[in-house]
Amino acid sequence: MPLQFDHVTVHGAQRPRLSDVTETVPGKGITAITGPSGAGKSTLLRLGNRLIAPDEGTVRYRGTDLATLDVLQHRRRVGMVFQRPVVFAGTVRDNLRVAAPQATDAELQQLLDRCELHEDVLDRDADTLSGGEQQRACLARTLATHPETLLMDEPTSALDAQATHALERLIRQEAERGVAVVLVSHDPAQVDRLADARIALDRGHTRS
Amino acid sequence: MDGTTDIGWVGFALSLTAVALAAGASWRLGLRLQRDILESSARALVQMLIAAAALGLVIGDDAPIALSWLWVAGIVLYAANAVRRRAPELPGIFPVALASTTGTAAVGLGIAFGAGIFPVEGKTLVPVSAMLVGNALKSGVVAATLLRDDLATQRDQIEARLALGLPSQEAAKPLTRRILRTSISPQIENIRGLGIVFLPGAMTGLILAGVDPLDAVLVQLALMYLILGAVVVTTTLTVLGARRRVFSSDHRLLPMARSVSDE
Repeated sequence: MPLQFDHVTVHGAQRPRLSDVTETVPGKGITAITGPSGAGKSTLLRLGNRLIAPDEGTVRYRGTDLATLDVLQHRRRVGMVFQRPVVFAGTVRDNLRVAAPQATDAELQQLLDRCELHEDVLDRDADTLSGGEQQRACLARTLATHPETLLMDEPTSALDAQATHALERLIRQEAERGVAVVLVSHDPAQVDRLADARIALDRGHTRS
Repeated sequence: MDGTTDIGWVGFALSLTAVALAAGASWRLGLRLQRDILESSARALVQMLIAAAALGLVIGDDAPIALSWLWVAGIVLYAANAVRRRAPELPGIFPVALASTTGTAAVGLGIAFGAGIFPVEGKTLVPVSAMLVGNALKSGVVAATLLRDDLATQRDQIEARLALGLPSQEAAKPLTRRILRTSISPQIENIRGLGIVFLPGAMTGLILAGVDPLDAVLVQLALMYLILGAVVVTTTLTVLGARRRVFSSDHRLLPMARSVSDE
């Protein structure tokens, strides 16, 4: 059980973003977090990477309270891919080296290959990639830390159909490699295609 | 004072023709700045007369040096508060700005007076402090507002780095480096253009007062170098100090809320 949310509440400006949520994410396969806008899906994901901390309750990773873990090490074990691709200034190589400063070019090319990006993009300015390529480069950058769990926050929402299917294929591949994937999605068809387990949220509460 | 600098009230009144010219140009060009020009000019007149009266008391021959130090403390407090007013969204910005301005004054005045460049007396302490802190204030405000704006617009960049397991100071490094360069560069350009593009105020004032131009240049250069140091110290302390407060101890980027910093 990699991620456990135990009576977790996160306050918001108007109302709680999450309210007394207790959920467990399975340690393998793809778990989809579903729900309408404002349901608290992204909040749950950000708790998992410790980008935010709960106001009440406990988030555990493999049984240990995240508040007591080395957060920098935890974030490398539990990687995160954001809704919109966030590329850093510089080439794709520069981007990958932020996550893995010691990686050799051969290792970086393996990462690109794993994300179905041609090795030529290594020297390309990351800004010049298409949206789909940028999102796959961000995935490669996250995979460079060798995460056990991958948190993905609507990673295909800004992509066209072709890029979406390419990324979905990669998500499935990573799950088959043994990486536990937690995928936020508002697309029921995508959830049907990918999810092995589901967590449904609505207005900050777990929906049964 | 010799005839060169003793312009008298008539000379001063004649200088107001430039204000009239500016207001006239604004009216003729439809800029609607006449009122601002006249108001700011009048305000400057009142403020400077008050400052002259106050300075007469503070740096007069019989005035104790403690009064000058008190003046310096007031300048430092004012500068820190000005930074806070311009970037209130940054949590704990006032103590950061106060520390950075105090640090700047300590370093700048330490070099200026500790090393014996200027004698420690009210007539030097007050104007040198005002120049150092005044210039540092401008850079501190620029640095703080840039940091506030960049934290709002570049939040995704910082969090993407944090999510990869980078510590907060590393995650913010591209942003802080850019802010420091932007804040410090104008002062470098000022120094680069010295003597070519413009003749700064202190030097002009000394020459007008009959001081030998070479002596005036040396004083001005000393001041410009001190100001450069002050700008670097202020911006660095402001940005790095404020950066520490926008992250939690477990490397989370904290939300910025006006209510937090207004407390």
